[in-house]
Amino acid sequence: MGQFFRIQDLGAIAPELELVIMGMVLLIADLLIKDKKKLGVFAIIGLGLSGVLLYRLTGIETSAYGGVLVVDQFANFFKLIFLLGAALSIALSLKYLDIERENHGEYYALILFATMGMMFMAGAVDLVTLYIGLETMAIATYVLVGFLRSNQRSNEASLKYFLLGAFSSGILLYGMSLLYGIAGSTKFIDIAEALSRRPLTDPISLMAMITLAAGMFFKIAGVPFHQWVPDAYEGAPTSITAFMSVAVKAASFAMMVRVFMVAIYPLRPQWIPIMAAVSIMTMTVGNIAAITQSNVKRLLAYSSISHAGYILLGIIAGNETGMIAVGIYLLVYTFTNLGAWAVIVALRRRDVIGEHIDEMSGLFFKNPVAAVLMLIFLLSLAGIPPTAGFIGKYYLFAAAIQTGHNTLAVIAVLNAAISIYFYLRIVVAMFMREPTEKTGLVYSPGLLTVLAVAIIFTMVIGLYPDPFITLARQAVILGF
Amino acid sequence: MDFRANILTIVTFFPLAGMIVLLFFNKENKTLIKWWANIIGVVGFLISIPLWLWFDFDRADQFQFVQRVPWIQSLGAEYHVGIDGISLLLVMLTTLLGPLAILSSWSAIEDRVKEYYAFLLMLQAGMLGVFVSLDFFMFYVFWEVMLVPMYFLIGVWGGARKLYAAIKFFLYTLVGSVLLLLGILALYFTYPTMAAAHPELAQQFGTGYTFNIEAFHAMGQFLPFSAGVMDFQKWVFLAFFVGFAIKVPMFPFHTWLPDAHVEAPTAGSVILAGVLLKMGTYGFLRFSLPILPEATKAFVPLMVTLSIIAIVYGALVAMMQPDMKKLVAYSSVSHMGFVMLGMFALNPNGLNGSIIQQINHGISTGALFLIVGIIYERRHTREISQFGGLSSVMPKYATVFLIMTMSSIGLPLLNGFIGEFTIMQGAFQKNIWWAVAGGAGIVLGAAYMLWLYQRTMFGKLENPANAKLPDLNLREWATLVPLIIMAFWIGLYPAPFFRALDKPVIKLVLKVYPDYLQGAPRLEAQGERK
Repeated sequence: MGQFFRIQDLGAIAPELELVIMGMVLLIADLLIKDKKKLGVFAIIGLGLSGVLLYRLTGIETSAYGGVLVVDQFANFFKLIFLLGAALSIALSLKYLDIERENHGEYYALILFATMGMMFMAGAVDLVTLYIGLETMAIATYVLVGFLRSNQRSNEASLKYFLLGAFSSGILLYGMSLLYGIAGSTKFIDIAEALSRRPLTDPISLMAMITLAAGMFFKIAGVPFHQWVPDAYEGAPTSITAFMSVAVKAASFAMMVRVFMVAIYPLRPQWIPIMAAVSIMTMTVGNIAAITQSNVKRLLAYSSISHAGYILLGIIAGNETGMIAVGIYLLVYTFTNLGAWAVIVALRRRDVIGEHIDEMSGLFFKNPVAAVLMLIFLLSLAGIPPTAGFIGKYYLFAAAIQTGHNTLAVIAVLNAAISIYFYLRIVVAMFMREPTEKTGLVYSPGLLTVLAVAIIFTMVIGLYPDPFITLARQAVILGF
Repeated sequence: MDFRANILTIVTFFPLAGMIVLLFFNKENKTLIKWWANIIGVVGFLISIPLWLWFDFDRADQFQFVQRVPWIQSLGAEYHVGIDGISLLLVMLTTLLGPLAILSSWSAIEDRVKEYYAFLLMLQAGMLGVFVSLDFFMFYVFWEVMLVPMYFLIGVWGGARKLYAAIKFFLYTLVGSVLLLLGILALYFTYPTMAAAHPELAQQFGTGYTFNIEAFHAMGQFLPFSAGVMDFQKWVFLAFFVGFAIKVPMFPFHTWLPDAHVEAPTAGSVILAGVLLKMGTYGFLRFSLPILPEATKAFVPLMVTLSIIAIVYGALVAMMQPDMKKLVAYSSVSHMGFVMLGMFALNPNGLNGSIIQQINHGISTGALFLIVGIIYERRHTREISQFGGLSSVMPKYATVFLIMTMSSIGLPLLNGFIGEFTIMQGAFQKNIWWAVAGGAGIVLGAAYMLWLYQRTMFGKLENPANAKLPDLNLREWATLVPLIIMAFWIGLYPAPFFRALDKPVIKLVLKVYPDYLQGAPRLEAQGERK
């Protein structure tokens, strides 16, 4: 390793650096520019530039800062998801924030900072770096959730999210400190090495694993650590809900994969049963709770909980298929879910909150295209072919079957079948009920772009997934 | 483009192409939409006729018109289509019933016409895709895809409890499908190990992951099996069983069917009974039997018991129904029980009869749903007690109804007889008690159908609302005549159909009982019929 910092390490974090600089510029520009939408466009350009810098790192395998941070295909794959999620969420926000009368420049800067934190999470192979990335993301997100400052629900959501998030970070940190005590190092490789030298039933190792796992399950909203999700998702600005449900979730999973598949991999026989139990509870509770919701934001919040339960299958399987599954599922979920949230965002108009399922009644008669797109997104979320969601679910189930987790696979597929029930409730409202005067959408160029991107990728990944599978496979083969 | 080389692809995707064009029509121009959908339906049938003409019946057990194109290479999934004698018949049934269902909707559907026909055409493509797929992944995609249009057909254009019926249909079939997917995955991951152990397998189909159905067929004989315990084959069989049995539907998974049928619009019922249910039986024939031969034998008692319960129970429930459509729906449960009984006799007669009976059921029950739909359109009720003496005001209608009743109960000279007789032959060869139970079903079937006919058509015309009902019009004739022709054709001269089936059926029997042909005497009945 030698010295901690070399000048070329800056190249390894160029995409992140660019986001920080862009975020600062946005904060200053906020003082000068009246039309805040322009700032949003700048932010998207900034994310695009970061993408270009990221692209230049393709194929490069390197570690930076004395080995606390790596650049590999795995990190790049997830960083791509974060950039996409962030850019599309901003595109959703441009008009929406005007309607909410809360269009301020720091909103866009905060999204960039959060994204930067996520990118560090994906690349971190060291507990401290990981934790700093995580907190950068989390603190920016707490603020964004409470961004509708005159809205009581938004404030409540932010506070709840902050308190529970801080609490879970504390637990996570406790686990990390135990690991440091065991290994005498914060690097994942050293931790794995130290753990493998201890017996599987070593109480301190187990203690560290359990606290670490609890903190992680909080971040991905695994049951029983999921209570913050419905409130936070419902209260947050809808564009931020979309952002959280794709980018924040993907980042948490990237972190989880790194930690569980590298740092505490030696304890795998111990954490598999825990994770399997959490996975089953998460799928089941998420789906069953979603059935009774009449607020679409809450419904999709619970649905996103259940999706986290499915994704855990990939980590439980832990083989190549399982890792590909996690990657491809999160990629698919980014497009599909953003598409669905885009429709919800469009429902919000000056005088209509657009969150109750009744406010989608007869949407098909007023906005047939939006309704059909929403139908496709919902079918994709439910995993019906030929949409992208099917490919994602296929991979997860395949990974579970391949590694002999048959009972788990059966529970998962039955859950997937149940989930169609509440997705179809939205379909029923849109297609089989009469429109009310509250039904309707506002389109904006940003929103249309998001819808177009989402539907294209949802269908293309569904019909011809080969290139995307290859992408995910490269990410995991070279990453581990 | 070479029509002959691509014929299966063209036949399958033609309705979908028609649907995409339809989407660009103005939704107010209902006449144009209706004409377009009908033309697509009829042309779809016409372009499927060469399948029958060009099909090499001497090689009916081989897949023909095969096309293979790599699709998802990282999974080993391919675009792979082809048909043998069994799928040929089912494809022809689908292309025949499709346009009839479309035509029958002409005046019944006045609301949201464009979407209605779009969904019907989409459904048609999905069903054809199921029958022509030779790749398990692709099969599964088609299998699930058609749930969506069917859901909408019931949910938007259905009767009073349409939403309940639609979601029930979707949930039931989806639960079955996802378990089917797990079964497929289990086989998929077993294949490379099997190919490594058995060079003949590797030589023909490679050593990598594949979804090729023929590879799975070849693998079937090597799959480990141990009697008495729940082993791999049995688990996979059970997963397949749930998927297919819900679709058939077998007792006790049948409860979605009456709801779906009663609420669905006429065309939906015709397609549902005529084609959709056959996807379940086709699944058993194409996958469960040849891929899992040992488990198939082990589960015969269960399957036969469920079939017999379905035959008798379906018939008894049908008898008690006050609603004509519900009666026909329960009769489907009973008839599909027959199909399953014949199939699990696992001998050539039983299987031949089972497949012929599938076609027959499509024709007779499809026609009966059309007939019920015709009277419903005139009176907006299906209550049996509302009718009586209709034969005096609607003599043509009564005649067609009579023919189809007779076809349904298995009167000689009509199609139902051929199927039931062959199934009974097969069942009798296997176990006389199965035949006795089946016979009871036939008697009950005759009872409820004739009783229905008597209560609606005969007697005095007492309800004044029925006094001025118009008889069949030209369009309604056009929907029924093809089915009448088919009923007589199969009844009088079934040889071409058996010719398509004999070889694939023997192949199937040999998969399950490799030494079946050594028991030559049992095959003589087979020879006589030719």
